[in-house]
Amino acid sequence: MTVALTRPFTGRLGSTSRSRPRTGVAVAVAFLLLALAAAAVPGLFAGDPLAADPLRVLEAPSAAHWFGTDQLGRDVFDRVVHGARHSLSIGVAATGISVGAGLLLGLLAGLTHRYADEALSRGFDALSAFPLVLLALLFIAVAGVGTTSLIVAIGLAMMPHYARVVRAQTFVVRRAAYVTHAVAFGGSRIRLVLRHVLPNVLGPVPVLAMIGLGESIMIAAGLSFLGLGPQPPSPEWGAMISEGRGYLHVAWWASILPGAVVTAVVIALTVTGRRLQRRFEGREAA
Amino acid sequence: MIEVENLRVVFRLPKRQVEAVRGVSFRIEPGECVALVGESGSGKSVTARSLAGLAGPGAQVSADRFTVDGRDMRGATGRDWRRLRGRFAGLILQDALVSLDPLRTVGAEIGEVLRTHGIGERRDRDARVRQLLTDVHVPEPERRARQYPHQLSGGLRQRALIASALAGGPRLLIADEPTTALDATVQAQILTLLAERRAAGETLLLISHDLAVVSRLADRILVMKDGRIVESGTTGVLLSAAGHPYTKELIAAANGRRRPARTEPGPVVAEATALRKVYGDRTVVRDVGVSIRRGEIVGLVGESGSGKTTLAQLLFGLTDPTSGHVRFEGEPFSGIPERARRPIRRRLQFIAQDPLSAFDPRWTVRRIVGEALGRGESAEPVLARVGLGPEVLDRYPRQLSGGQRQRVAVARAIAPRPSLIICDEPVSALDVSVQAQVLDLLAGIRETDGTALLFISHDLGVIRDIADRVLVLQDGRVVEQGPVKAVFDHAGHEYTRTLLAAVPKLEVRT
Amino acid sequence: MIAAAGRRVGAGLLVLWVAATAAYVALLAAPGDTVDSIIGDGPDSPLIRSQIIAEWGLDRPVILQYVDFLWRAVQGDLGRSYLLQRPVTEVIGAQLWPSLKLALAAAGVGIVLAVVLAVTTRRRWARRISSVSELIVVSTPPFLIGIVLLSVFSFHFGLFPVSGDRDLSALVLPALTMGLPIAGTLAQVLRDGLDRALDEPFAVTARARGLRENAVLVRHALRHALLPAVALLGWSFGVLIGGTVIIESVFGRPGLGQVAVSAVSSGDMPVVMAVVVFSAAGFVLVNTVADLAFLLIDPRLRRS
Repeated sequence: MTVALTRPFTGRLGSTSRSRPRTGVAVAVAFLLLALAAAAVPGLFAGDPLAADPLRVLEAPSAAHWFGTDQLGRDVFDRVVHGARHSLSIGVAATGISVGAGLLLGLLAGLTHRYADEALSRGFDALSAFPLVLLALLFIAVAGVGTTSLIVAIGLAMMPHYARVVRAQTFVVRRAAYVTHAVAFGGSRIRLVLRHVLPNVLGPVPVLAMIGLGESIMIAAGLSFLGLGPQPPSPEWGAMISEGRGYLHVAWWASILPGAVVTAVVIALTVTGRRLQRRFEGREAA
Repeated sequence: MIEVENLRVVFRLPKRQVEAVRGVSFRIEPGECVALVGESGSGKSVTARSLAGLAGPGAQVSADRFTVDGRDMRGATGRDWRRLRGRFAGLILQDALVSLDPLRTVGAEIGEVLRTHGIGERRDRDARVRQLLTDVHVPEPERRARQYPHQLSGGLRQRALIASALAGGPRLLIADEPTTALDATVQAQILTLLAERRAAGETLLLISHDLAVVSRLADRILVMKDGRIVESGTTGVLLSAAGHPYTKELIAAANGRRRPARTEPGPVVAEATALRKVYGDRTVVRDVGVSIRRGEIVGLVGESGSGKTTLAQLLFGLTDPTSGHVRFEGEPFSGIPERARRPIRRRLQFIAQDPLSAFDPRWTVRRIVGEALGRGESAEPVLARVGLGPEVLDRYPRQLSGGQRQRVAVARAIAPRPSLIICDEPVSALDVSVQAQVLDLLAGIRETDGTALLFISHDLGVIRDIADRVLVLQDGRVVEQGPVKAVFDHAGHEYTRTLLAAVPKLEVRT
Repeated sequence: MIAAAGRRVGAGLLVLWVAATAAYVALLAAPGDTVDSIIGDGPDSPLIRSQIIAEWGLDRPVILQYVDFLWRAVQGDLGRSYLLQRPVTEVIGAQLWPSLKLALAAAGVGIVLAVVLAVTTRRRWARRISSVSELIVVSTPPFLIGIVLLSVFSFHFGLFPVSGDRDLSALVLPALTMGLPIAGTLAQVLRDGLDRALDEPFAVTARARGLRENAVLVRHALRHALLPAVALLGWSFGVLIGGTVIIESVFGRPGLGQVAVSAVSSGDMPVVMAVVVFSAAGFVLVNTVADLAFLLIDPRLRRS
């Protein structure tokens, strides 16, 4: 008779528990698609975000008002749906700026002369010395309050992160044996960079950008919460949370439900991004 | 002392189950030295580790009989196992650089066994640690105990690891590839140390891929393949009268086989004169001269840090020598801009030890080999030459086995019909049976294409099997060179003799 | 060793210089007339204007003003606030302690929580629950965490004050708000580090000595897992500083964050600059501490 031995040591179960169920990713992707749709055609999902009804002020969530109403009697759900356009486009634009600039400067540092790298790297270091929010604050102090300066501020503040990752990745790839090896086929330096270095450096960037997008959205919400973004009555998520804060003791929904949507978007981005990241690494590592 | 019947180990992975051990039975008697021999994936390590209850995460172990030290360990609890570990059985793993905690001192690592099992008085433990280090012949034990693993040489580190396994006074030592990461001379010293422990009455379970290493020590050998024991017997009988074809294959690989040149070497392809390379204040290569002729295989042998790899980089034109020069096909190849080398680059190829890192991970085999081919040439004939079918064309390097990868590397190297291929430890990462195949392949290419090979290896056995001439490198200097037979049979230099003496040979004791 | 230390100090000074210069450039680029900013709502006449220009040295070439600014900054004088008419070091010094108190408390909460979470939740379900909560916390804007905590603990249960900085109880929610995101990130990094360390051969060796799994975890793996966590020190500092700006506003606490926000919205550039220079100095300090911690934990980095 074969008797099973107890499992001799109960360490972690390899990487089993690290892989989250696929359903989570599916829900995340579906939610992101919905959010995108809301940003594209908000009218399809919700009514007028500015329609105030003085008779229905600060009403709790109900079948008629899923997320309740705010202090002016506006439907919070309608505002959240319309806010998607503001908040998502701010995040996407800021991420676009930071990824674009980071990519350019990171490659410049990684591929050109040693002194250029030294100068740029010190620059990135110095910029990273500023906390993101403070850097954005400084920029807004100079450029004035407004949506555009909010976007540029976040884009600038997050740029060093991407630049450093790209630079480091460039160095890793440049030193990789397969790049050294390509010398054996007598290709020129430019050919080497185009065929081996660039594709391997660029590969992970979209996924990083996706995870970074979540962070941009959070910082944007934070800054507009401080009143440094789109101004009322614009239904931007951070601004909504800020407006609703004054009524927290009577109507938590006006502030917390828009906030929950921000969290959900960021979680969905992170979950999807990590999943893609794992798949990306999986192709190389498994 | 140990009785195992029908041992099975299954690993449950997220998507599949892996049967690592499929019904293995054996006994180990006190005072015996038993060896488990097999190639990677044969289940030898898992079998040995399951004797200490350490088969690994996610492992499900079952057996009809599983007696360790007279106790039935079926259904044993974690506490039961912990009582055995360190006290009854000590475990020695491959590379002490990672098998000892790199963040703790050697002394702390050795002392941990004493502390865990409450052996001796607290105040005596330092002295005990020093004694243990002395037992395994570590000089200056006091100083060494305070050092970290990375501050010790490979040999000393491995000794410290053995000391930590010995600390609890175990009766059984399980040594899992204890010498694989070491240079040949150090390997020989560690084997001597293990023989010493055995003479002192310790029971030894030795796990190795290398029959030669094992034959020096083992009383009995169990040969494993695909999770089963395919053959077992006393060392003498097994080595002289192996029954199973797989055992025969292993023995053949351990004995090696000369692959002599059938044609005379042609004109000189590449030559280096008075090469010297200095990095900072370190001279890595000192006045090395070498010439390689068409159809010739030149072996370059030396231990780690002898300057082999730097020499290869100099010849390949990856870095310029501090002084001296390299000529390739009669033209200067060093001291000229890379632009000038490019037109002749394809005539000189390179094969690295780890082909995986030498392939762009995003590229399929088709593209990898295609890069080396001329316009309009197909990859299939070249792959066929290295014994690979068209089914690998669309695979990524990660999806190939180690042997297949090295074949792709060879295909890529021969595709541009080079006159010289520099091979840097091309078979060191491969199982012995695969090693033999790749060596056959390289020797065959020399024969058919007349390609010259510079073959770098720390493994004298491999050099003996394939090279026509050999250069022995020590501290960046060529201390001896000549035809393989002459050097191996009548080594002139002391260092060469040490190297040769350290090479493990199949010893058939009767 | 000395050369390395020298390089580190040099790099730190460089960061400070770049920070100060960036702040100065921002000052020049700021919209509006400096004189207007200084006058604010006060009396305005050509005489007062010329007095101000003379007093602040605004008629000298920009480069001279810049050099003068740097020279005074080296001596610890970062100028005077336009609005408060007091030296900015004084303005900031007065608000430093409340912010520092909050940041330290938050860092403490974050680190302790992270280590406890990473070490205790090794089993499958605990691990999954913990990972999901970490993901949620990390993905929530910190001010929202503050608002949720406020509405639950202050408005609903009335356990903690809604705003202000009167006593220790007023510190609990803000510190938790700032500490949670740090704990979330750190716990993830620590858990990954533990996983990796426990897969290493030395962990097998340690188990083979008869060590309990917990002892392997605490005595061996944890130190390895701390290395990547220490690398996040600089980042956490950024989160803390950025956090004070927003969290102080949520909880109506005095502090540097409040000073920074009001200075930005009123164009009081000397104060903005001082906050920037201060935080850059803090960053340099924290990173130096991180470098030292690396040396302390990992002997392989020490060069003999």
